[in-house]
Amino acid sequence: MAHEAYETHDYDIIVIGAGGSGLRAAVEASSVPGVKVAVITKSLLGKAHTVMAEGGVAASFGNLDAPDGWETHFYDTMRSGHFINDYRMVEIFAKEAPDRVLELETWGAVFDRTREGRIMQRPFGAHSFRRLCHIGDHTGLELIRTMQYKALHSGIDVFQEVTMTKLLVKNGRVAGAFGYFREDGRFVLFRARAVVLATGGWGKIFKVTSNSWESTGDGAALAFRAGAKLKDMEMVQFHPTGMVWPPGVRGILVTEGVRGEGGLLYNSEGERFMQKYDPERMELSSRDVVARSIFKEVQAGRGTPHGGAWLDISHKGPEYVKAKLPGMYEQFLTLADLDITRERFEVAPTCHYTMGGLQVDPETCATNLPGLYAAGEVACGLHGANRLGGNSLSDLLVFGRRAGLGARQYLEGADDFAPVDEAELNAEMDRVLEPFGREGGVNPYKVHERLQEIMTNHAGIMRSGPVLEEGLSKLLALKDEASRMSIQGSRMYNPGWHAVFDVENMLLLCEGIIRSALERKESRGAHWRTDYPDELPEWQTINFVERFDGEKIQIDTEPVLSMPETLAKLFTYGKAPGLVTERGAEA
Amino acid sequence: MSTDVTLKVWRGDKTGGETVEYHVPQETGMVVLDALHYIQHNEAPDLAVRWNCKAAHCGSCGAEVNGQPKLLCKTRLDDYAGQPVEVRPMQTFPVIKDLVTDVSWNYEVAKKIPMLAPTVPAPFNMQQIDADRVQEFHRCIECFLCQDTCHVLRNHEGQQQYFGPRFMIKIAEFEMHPMDGADRVPLLAQEAGVNMCNVTKCCTEVCPQHIRITDNAIIPLKERVADRYYDPVKILLRRLSGKKDQTAKPNTTVAT
Repeated sequence: MAHEAYETHDYDIIVIGAGGSGLRAAVEASSVPGVKVAVITKSLLGKAHTVMAEGGVAASFGNLDAPDGWETHFYDTMRSGHFINDYRMVEIFAKEAPDRVLELETWGAVFDRTREGRIMQRPFGAHSFRRLCHIGDHTGLELIRTMQYKALHSGIDVFQEVTMTKLLVKNGRVAGAFGYFREDGRFVLFRARAVVLATGGWGKIFKVTSNSWESTGDGAALAFRAGAKLKDMEMVQFHPTGMVWPPGVRGILVTEGVRGEGGLLYNSEGERFMQKYDPERMELSSRDVVARSIFKEVQAGRGTPHGGAWLDISHKGPEYVKAKLPGMYEQFLTLADLDITRERFEVAPTCHYTMGGLQVDPETCATNLPGLYAAGEVACGLHGANRLGGNSLSDLLVFGRRAGLGARQYLEGADDFAPVDEAELNAEMDRVLEPFGREGGVNPYKVHERLQEIMTNHAGIMRSGPVLEEGLSKLLALKDEASRMSIQGSRMYNPGWHAVFDVENMLLLCEGIIRSALERKESRGAHWRTDYPDELPEWQTINFVERFDGEKIQIDTEPVLSMPETLAKLFTYGKAPGLVTERGAEA
Repeated sequence: MSTDVTLKVWRGDKTGGETVEYHVPQETGMVVLDALHYIQHNEAPDLAVRWNCKAAHCGSCGAEVNGQPKLLCKTRLDDYAGQPVEVRPMQTFPVIKDLVTDVSWNYEVAKKIPMLAPTVPAPFNMQQIDADRVQEFHRCIECFLCQDTCHVLRNHEGQQQYFGPRFMIKIAEFEMHPMDGADRVPLLAQEAGVNMCNVTKCCTEVCPQHIRITDNAIIPLKERVADRYYDPVKILLRRLSGKKDQTAKPNTTVAT
C-alpha cells in the first residue's frame, strides 16, 4: 500500500476543466465574495480545446437579419437535433445566448463589425439566418482568452497540469476529487462542497479527429464511475470538413466558416453533389447531412485522390479569403503547401463533437449525483442527435454560467467538507501507481491506437448491428488487455503514464457508445445505421440513459419531455418562425 | 521510398541532461511534433513534450529547433532536408523535463494587467476599422516564443524589469480598444518596463501568428510613455499649474 503524503486543498467549489464552460462557471461561482473557487486543468491555462473553435458563436441578435430571434434559434436547434434534445435546455440557451455574448464584449472580446458598427454575424449550416458572431476564423481563441483573463482577475485559484483520477463521493454527495500533478507526479486531494465538471468531450476515440489530445472524456468517465448518468452516448458528430492531406494533418478542422463564406463542395467529377442530398440548403445543410454526403460520394468512387471531396473558396478572391479566413489560409499554406485563395483543396469527415454526455437539469446543470454539476461538451441535452455549428461556444457560456450559479446555490444547503477516507485514498494511490510496477505489459499508446481502430471500423459515421456487435467484443477484449498497461520512466512529467488514465476513460465511454448505438435501431442525426436507414417517429420520444455499477453498463430509456404548446406551435408554420410574416397578427 | 530522419532531442530535467538521437521514418508533410509522437509511441513513452491541438491554434508546443524558437506542430521536417534536426526546450524558462518548461511566470504577469474598462455598456458601436487595430493582437496564441527570444527576458533579472513582448501586446489590446477608459501608461512606464525593449524586433520575427509586435504594439506604447513623461511642453505645463508628476519616475534601466 502506498502511504504517501499528499497535498490537500479545500474549496467551496472546484471546477474541473478550464475551457470555455469551466472558466465561465468559475467566474460565475466566484462572483459572490467569500466563495472560494478553484479551476483545475490537465493542460496549461488557455490551451483547452475551446481554442479550436473557429467559425463563431451563435446568438440571435439579428444584426444583419432583423427577423432573427430566440424562437428561430430554438427552432433551428431542435430541428437539427432531430427532436431528442431537452427542449427546456434549448429554450434557455436560445434566450440567453445574446446576453452571454455581450458579456464577452464587455470583458474585452472584439468581434468583427457590420457597417453599422454592430457585431458581425455570418451564415452557418442549418441556421435560418446569419447568426454566428465571429472574429475572423479564431472565435474560440477569442472566447477562451477573454474568459481566461476574466478568471485571472476574479480571485480564482488555478491549478494547471493536474490529472484527476477519481471523483470522491461521501454519503451520497460529491466530496471532491483526487489526482496528481503532472509536473512531478505528487498526489493531491481537493476537498470541495460542490464540483463542476467542464472537461469536454471524447473525440480522441477516433483516429481521424479534429480534437486535441485532451478530449479523452475524463470528466464523463469519472462521473460515470461515481454514479452519474450518461445520456445519448450513441450521438457522435463528424464534421464534414477535416483536412485530408498530407497524412500528418488528417482530421485537422477546416472551419464550416469556409462554406459560410461561400465555399463550394465538388466531387471528383466536378459535380456540386449537395444538389442531390439537400438541394435547398446545399453546402450549408446540417453537419450530419453534409458529412454523410461526402462519405457516400467517396464510397461511390467519386472521391478526390486521397478520399474526400473538393472544397473551393478561390472564387471569393484572395483579399476576402485572407480577411475572413486568415487561419485557414495560413494552415493550408504551412501544413499542406497549398494556397486556398487560388486552389481547391481536399476535405473529408472528421470526428468533431460528442453530443452525448452527463444528464443534467436544464436550470442548474445539476447531475443526478448531489453536488455534481456539468456544463459544455461533457453535458448532454442541448444538441440532441446533431449539433449546429456555432452552438457549442454559446453552450459553453450559457450553461457554464448556469452551472456556476447552480453550484453556488447548492452550497447554501451543503454541509461542511466530508471526512477524508484514508483507506480509499491509499487504494487510489496504489491503483494509479500500478502501471509502473508491471513488467512487460502493454504500451498505453498502442492500446489507444487499437481503440481508435475499433471505433473507426465499427462505430464510425456508418453503423450497423452486426458490425457494432463485433466492435463491442473487440473492445471488451481490448479492455481486458488494457488492465495490464505498463509504463517506463519516472513520475516526473511522464506522458506515457498520463495516457494510461486517458485510455481507461475512453475505453469505458466507447463501451457506452457502442451499447447505446446498438439499442437505437433507427437512423437519426449523426447516428446512421445501414440496417435501419430511416428515422422512425417512435424513437423520437426516447433518450437512452446509462448507469455504471463498477462492472456493467446498464441502459434504460427515458421519455423525451414534450414541449408546451407555445413552443410546439413554432413547428407548425412549415418554415422558421422568423420567416413567418403573418404571426404578428396572430399573436 | 520511406527515408529516416534523425532527430536529436534534449532529454533531462533541472539537474541536467543531454541530447538523445532518434531515427524516425519520414512521411510526406511531417512536422517535428509528428516525429516526437512517433518516438513517444514507439521508443520513449516518457518523452515529455507539451502539445494540444496540433494545428497551430493553442500555442502549447513552443520549443527550439536548431536554436530557433518554433511551434513544433508547424515546423516541417522537410524544411531541414539534409540537415540534422536538434530539438531543445525554450531557454528563457526553467526546464521541468525534456521539452517542457515552467512558464508559470507568464501567468503571474498576466494578473498584473488591468482588464478592459469599458466607458459605455455593451453592445458597443464600433467600426471595423477601429476593431482592426486591436484584432491583430487578439491573434496571439500565447506560445511565449516571443518571450523566449526576447533578450531582456533571457537575462534572468530581466524578468523583474520587463513583462515581455507577449504582455506588451496584451496591454496594447486594451489600451487601443476604442471603448476602454483605463490608464495603463503608469504601469507601462514602471513595472511593465516598456522602455526595456530596445526594438530589435526579434519577437516579431519569431511570432507564428505574424503579429507585428514591435511596430504595432511596443513602439506606440513607448510613444504613449514618452508623451506622458518626457514631453517638455507638458512637463512645463505641469510645473506651472503646480500639479505634481502623477507618478514616480519611469523605469529606464537599459538592458545589457
